[in-house]
Amino acid sequence: MDFFDRFAVPHPSIAIYASMAAIGLTIIAVIAGLTYFKKWGYLWREWLTTVDHKRIGIMYLLSALLMLFRGGVDAIMMRAQLAVPDNTLLDAQHYNEIFTTHGIVMILFMAMPFIMFFMNFVVPLQIGARDVAFPRLNALSFWLFFMGAMLFNISFVVGGSPDAGWTSYFPLAGNEFSESVGTNYYMIAIQIAGIGTLMTGINFITTILKMRAPGMTLMKMPMFTWSALIANVIIVFAFPVLAVLLAMGTLDRQFGTHFFTMDNGGMDMLWANIFWVWGHPEVYILILPAFGIYSEIISTFARRNLYGYKSMVGSMVIISLLSFLVWAHHFFTMGQGALTNSIFSITTMAIAVPTGVKIFNWLLTLRKGKIVFTTPMLYSMHFIPLFTLGGVTGVMLAMSAADYQYHNTMFLVAHFHNVIIPGVVYAMLAGLHYYWPKMFGFMLNEKIGKRTVWLLSIGFILAFMPMYASGLDGQARRMYTYSEAAGFGLMNMISFVGAAIMAIGFVLIVYNIYFSTRYESRDISNDPWDARTLEWSTHTPVPEYNFAILPDVESNEALWDAKKNGHVLFKGDYEKIHMPNNSGIPFIMSCIFFVWGFSFIFSLWIPVIVTTLGIFGCMALRSFEQDHGRYISVKEIEETETNLRGA
Amino acid sequence: MSQLFPAKQVLGFVFSLLLTTVALTVYFLDMSFTAGMTILLVTAFIQAGLQLVVFMHAGETKDKGAIYTNVFYGLIIALVTVFGTLLAMIWDM
Repeated sequence: MDFFDRFAVPHPSIAIYASMAAIGLTIIAVIAGLTYFKKWGYLWREWLTTVDHKRIGIMYLLSALLMLFRGGVDAIMMRAQLAVPDNTLLDAQHYNEIFTTHGIVMILFMAMPFIMFFMNFVVPLQIGARDVAFPRLNALSFWLFFMGAMLFNISFVVGGSPDAGWTSYFPLAGNEFSESVGTNYYMIAIQIAGIGTLMTGINFITTILKMRAPGMTLMKMPMFTWSALIANVIIVFAFPVLAVLLAMGTLDRQFGTHFFTMDNGGMDMLWANIFWVWGHPEVYILILPAFGIYSEIISTFARRNLYGYKSMVGSMVIISLLSFLVWAHHFFTMGQGALTNSIFSITTMAIAVPTGVKIFNWLLTLRKGKIVFTTPMLYSMHFIPLFTLGGVTGVMLAMSAADYQYHNTMFLVAHFHNVIIPGVVYAMLAGLHYYWPKMFGFMLNEKIGKRTVWLLSIGFILAFMPMYASGLDGQARRMYTYSEAAGFGLMNMISFVGAAIMAIGFVLIVYNIYFSTRYESRDISNDPWDARTLEWSTHTPVPEYNFAILPDVESNEALWDAKKNGHVLFKGDYEKIHMPNNSGIPFIMSCIFFVWGFSFIFSLWIPVIVTTLGIFGCMALRSFEQDHGRYISVKEIEETETNLRGA
Repeated sequence: MSQLFPAKQVLGFVFSLLLTTVALTVYFLDMSFTAGMTILLVTAFIQAGLQLVVFMHAGETKDKGAIYTNVFYGLIIALVTVFGTLLAMIWDM
């Protein structure tokens, strides 16, 4: 029985048993549904083996939405626990697990795949390419991310969730204080997902540098493509740090090394240090593509070209460099001297300058524009003031002397939600509304959409503004309860109400998708927003090969040139198109990775050895495989084009 | 003749052997920790650069600019990370 004991949840509760039952029933329902409707073949041919960047993008989107709700439920449970003093809804252990998984799920398994979705779906269309540079690697990236995320998510029903915070600082995360396998899940699941992300970084840098349409020089790329390029450069330089860090953590926990222990020459502070060497660039990986999406949306709906294109690009390049120079501001209070803190204070404040440049560029784009208030635009208009507020409190936190007051309080929690929610989450939702018609051929309902924006903003303000106050009053983050005498009750109750309103907002988004799928008109043009860049110049739905003829580009707004200035986008005749073949290897290899990760977490070494051989076997298979892709004939292209034009 | 005899590569190989020999002296000669580390770091960086340029052909294609930008960017970030860590964790602790 000892063998099976380790798979049991160390701190079970009714909620966890209910989740087990729910997960089991969902899996049975999915399998039964697929069998009943005979969709296994369709699933395998069209989705599991696909290398098409648009389909991979949509799978990223589905995973991100799923994880948004997983992380959101964690958030609601946290706010409910803290809503009244001395609450006993959750015990301390359960609360620890929930704030840990909330952080990891929201950052790595919600925000990251959402960004990957936009990069996958939009970048090749925006630069006039037919796919990414390495389509099969792209599929492998997605499946590795997906398996990492799923592995992480089974932790709370098999073996116990990680409970040392999303930063997982040692010595708390070491074996001495975290005995359960929870933190092993953290190390291995994020490692697997991280390898996928690193591959995406390499893939998209190559795509953007090598596969742009004729005439599109670097300075004629649309702003979202620029932001994706910079974000991917940061990924390639930051994610190896995470991989090494997680490997060192794994060695400490499972092989008895002493990198981060307090004895035998280990240095526990080094974990925090290296974590933030990756962790700070990571937040810029999230925010830069979000800025890119805002740039596209604001210039489209202000009906003006983007103000200060060169300064936008320049400020992103500066942000990408500065993002590597500020990490120590996450631990000003760890004991290093005034010199170090002063250096990192100054570099941190310096980031406010290029960010400010971008804010002013958006405002100046709006100036004298003919603004159209669609849902994506409304999100962007809410983003500018709310995000600026988060930026200003960021500068407050950057002052190392003052940080001794703010550190580890709810003030900090309020700050980073204040930049991530209006900055990243609003951008993702705005982009979702903006690109929805291109993906699925109908718009999301505008009326419901706008109401959602207002609900989210009201909920956001109610949920997070009180945290600034209670943080300054001394409420520490990650405290699972507080006494009535502490006086935090009212503020936390307001936060809970705000969180509940935000939850209604997110449910409305789901309702909007349902409602629009049933009732919205399918009779829309290829360019329903009257936009400016290439992704709107192709058909809706986008054909497999994206562009029948590769577009010819003269400025960063090629479609606008074509619509207003008589520029001819598509010159010449159809030619046969070379496309990659589908492949099952990425999916199968990632499934083996899943088993590898699970065995590693529970130190089951024989399956680890077998699956490692399997992974190398897949790589060998790929190396010796002859696959030159296939051609789409001119006749087929003509048929597809005629059909799409007629519809 | 110059096309048949890869002078650059042969000289590079001799030079990299020389660098290895110099690095080996740290083990065989009795010197201080500082002197040893200095020799190791200097020879290691020259060795890495040599391999990159002579044997991995950086700078021989039209991607030269992109390759060197990438290498220097990586170098800057690595140095900043290492020295920043030393500063925060040891020198200024």
